[in-house]
Amino acid sequence: MTETTRTIEVNQLARVEGEGALHLAIDGGQLTVAELRIFEPPRYFEALLRGRDCREAPDITARICGICPVAYLMSSCAAIEDLCGLRVPAPLVDLRRLLYCGEWIESHVLHMFMLHLPDFLGYPDAVSMAREHGDLVRAALRIKKAGNGIVALLGGREIHPINVRIGGFYRLPTRAELAPLRDELAFALDAAEQALVPLAALDFPDFERDYTFVALRHDSEYPMGRGRLVSSDGVDLPVARYDDYLTEHHVRHSTSLHSRTADGGVVHLGPLARYALNHDRLTPRARAAAAAAGLPPVVRNPFRSIQVRGVEVVLALEEALRLIDGYVPGDTPAAAFEPRAGIGYGATEAPRGVLYHRYAVDAAGLITDAKIVAPTSVNQAVIEADLRHYVEPNLHQPDEALRAVCETAIRNYDPCISCSAHFLKLTVERR
Amino acid sequence: MSAAAKPRLAVWKFASCDGCQLSLLDCEDELLAVADGVEIALFPEASSRMLPGPYDVSLVEGSITTAHDRERIRDVRAQSRLLVTIGACATAGGIQALRNLRDVEEWKRIVYARPDWIDSLATSTPIAAHVKVDYELRGCPVNKAQLLELLAALLAGRRPNVATSSVCEECKARGTPCVLVAHGTPCLGPVTQAGCGAICPAYHRGCYGCFGPKETPNPAALSEQLLALGMDRAALGRFYRTFNAAAPAFGDEAQRHDPQP
Repeated sequence: MTETTRTIEVNQLARVEGEGALHLAIDGGQLTVAELRIFEPPRYFEALLRGRDCREAPDITARICGICPVAYLMSSCAAIEDLCGLRVPAPLVDLRRLLYCGEWIESHVLHMFMLHLPDFLGYPDAVSMAREHGDLVRAALRIKKAGNGIVALLGGREIHPINVRIGGFYRLPTRAELAPLRDELAFALDAAEQALVPLAALDFPDFERDYTFVALRHDSEYPMGRGRLVSSDGVDLPVARYDDYLTEHHVRHSTSLHSRTADGGVVHLGPLARYALNHDRLTPRARAAAAAAGLPPVVRNPFRSIQVRGVEVVLALEEALRLIDGYVPGDTPAAAFEPRAGIGYGATEAPRGVLYHRYAVDAAGLITDAKIVAPTSVNQAVIEADLRHYVEPNLHQPDEALRAVCETAIRNYDPCISCSAHFLKLTVERR
Repeated sequence: MSAAAKPRLAVWKFASCDGCQLSLLDCEDELLAVADGVEIALFPEASSRMLPGPYDVSLVEGSITTAHDRERIRDVRAQSRLLVTIGACATAGGIQALRNLRDVEEWKRIVYARPDWIDSLATSTPIAAHVKVDYELRGCPVNKAQLLELLAALLAGRRPNVATSSVCEECKARGTPCVLVAHGTPCLGPVTQAGCGAICPAYHRGCYGCFGPKETPNPAALSEQLLALGMDRAALGRFYRTFNAAAPAFGDEAQRHDPQP
C-alpha cells in the first residue's frame, strides 16, 4: 500500500440508544487516537432539578432514558429515602425487585436479539434476521413482551412507568392481577434457556482484558435495587461513599462526562461486572445456564456479554416467578414520607450497570443540588480502552472490517447514549 | 406488492430519551407485520441499514436544542412527504424546555466543568416551531396503540383516529372514580389530552399531564380547585411545568401563578 493520508467517514453507528461518534486516527501504522465522541445534545437534568420538590425527582429523572426508566425511578427513590432514613417494608422491596426484573428482561432481550445479535450473524437488523431466524426472533419478542408485561402491570405502562413513588408505589397489585403474568414468564424462562443455545455457538473474537469490575453486592441476592459498591480489586464501600471512589471529568470530545478512580483508573460496569462479582448469588437455573453456555465464573471477553445478559435474563425470569408466587399484598402501598434537609445517596443496577444519584434537599423538600452518573458515561473510558486494545493488533485489516468490529465492540456495552448523550459516527484517519 | 412499492418510513431523533421510538420496538406482536407493510428505510436505533431519502413518512422524536439540529430538521422536512412528530419533546419541547425560563449559561456551569465546550441553544423548542408538521402524536411517552393507529391511517391515506378530548373522558370510560373529587388528589386530567388510557388515576394518583393540554382547556378553573385543595402557587407552577412546560396552555397558567420559577 502506498503511504497516503486517508480519512474515511462512515455513517452513524446504529443500534445504540442515542447518538455519538467514534474517531480513530492511525499514524504511521500506529493507533494514535481512539475516542468515543458523544454529541447527544445536553438536556441539563442536574440543573433543571434544582428548585423541584424531591418527590418529583423519580418521574423527572426517568425521562433521562426511555430504555431504562425503572433504573432511574429506583436510584432516585433510593437516594431520597436514604436522605430521610426511610425504611421501605420488605414486601415493597420485593415488589420493586419484581419491577426491576421486568426492565432487565425487556432491556436485555431488546439489546441481545434486536441490537447485538445481528452483528454476530451478519444482518443489519433483527427484521432482516427474522427472514432466516424467524423462530428465534419471534421467541425473543415473546420473552421481551413477558418482561414488559411486568412493567406494564406494576408500573402502569412500559416506558416511563407511573406507579413508583418514594417509599413504594401508588397502588399495589392484587395477587389475582399478578397471577396471569405467570404462564408467560414460565414460558419465557424455558425459551430464554433455549435461546442461549445458538448464542453459545457464535464465533466470538479471541479477546480478553483485565478489567476492574465494579458492581453492587448484597448479602443475599444478585444485585438490582440495593447493595454495597464493590470492585474486583477489593473496594467495598457504602453507596454514600461513591464520590470518594469515582469522580467525573469533562473531556472535550463528549457531552457525557467521564468517570475515573482517584489514581486515574478506568472501571467496567454492567453485566460482566455484576456476574464476576456476584457469581455466587446466581439463581440455580441462571448458574446452570451459564455453565451450559461454557461461561467461567469471571468472563473477561467483552464480546461474550451477550451471553452474560442471557444468563441475567434467566435469573430475572426465575426471580420474577419467585416474587409473584411469594407475593402477599401489604397494608400500605408506600412507607410514609416526610421530606427533610440533607444529602441522600442512591445506586441501583440498571441493565447497563451502576446508576448513581445524589441529591441535596432543603428543609422545604426542594432540591438544591443533584448529581446523576449514568453507567454509559462511566463505561465510555473502558469502551475507548477496548477499542485501542482491539484495533492495535488489527490495523492491517481493511477499514470496513475494522469498522464492523469496532461497532460490535461498542455495542458490547449496550451503550445508552441518550442517557447523556448523537449518532456514533466513525472516522478513520490513516496517515 | 413489490418491495419497491412499499411506503418508505424513516425514524429520526433529536433531543430526547429515545422512549417514543422505542415504543415502536415495544410493539412485540405487531413489529414484524409493520416491517412487512412498510420499508423501514432509516431507523438508526434499530437498524444499521440506512437508505437515502426521500421518505413517505418521517417519525420525528425529540426537540430542537442545538444550532446543528435546527438545520438538520429542515433537511428532514425536505426529504419527507409526511412529517409526524412523536412525543412531548417533539410536540412541546419536552422536560428540557424548562431552560426556556432560565439562563442556560448558568445551567451549563452547573453541569459542566468546561461550559465553553458545550454547544446548545438557549431554548428547547418543538419541531413545529421550525418546520411544517403534518401530524402530532402526544405523550411522554407516546401510546403504542396510538402510534400503530397513526401508522395504519397514514398508510391507508385516511386521517388518524386520535382523541383530542380530556383524560377525564378516558377515566369515565374505564370506570375509575374521580381522584380529584373523591380523594382530593391534585389531578391535571381535566385539562390534559386523552391517549394514555387514564392510567394514573387507575393507579390512585393524579394525572401529571404528560400528554399536554387538550383542545380548548380551561386551566384557570382547574387551578382554582387545586388552590382550594391547599396547593401553594409555586407547587401549582411546578405541576404545570413538567414534560409539556412549553405548551402554551400549561406554560401560561404556570406563569400566572409562579412568574419566577
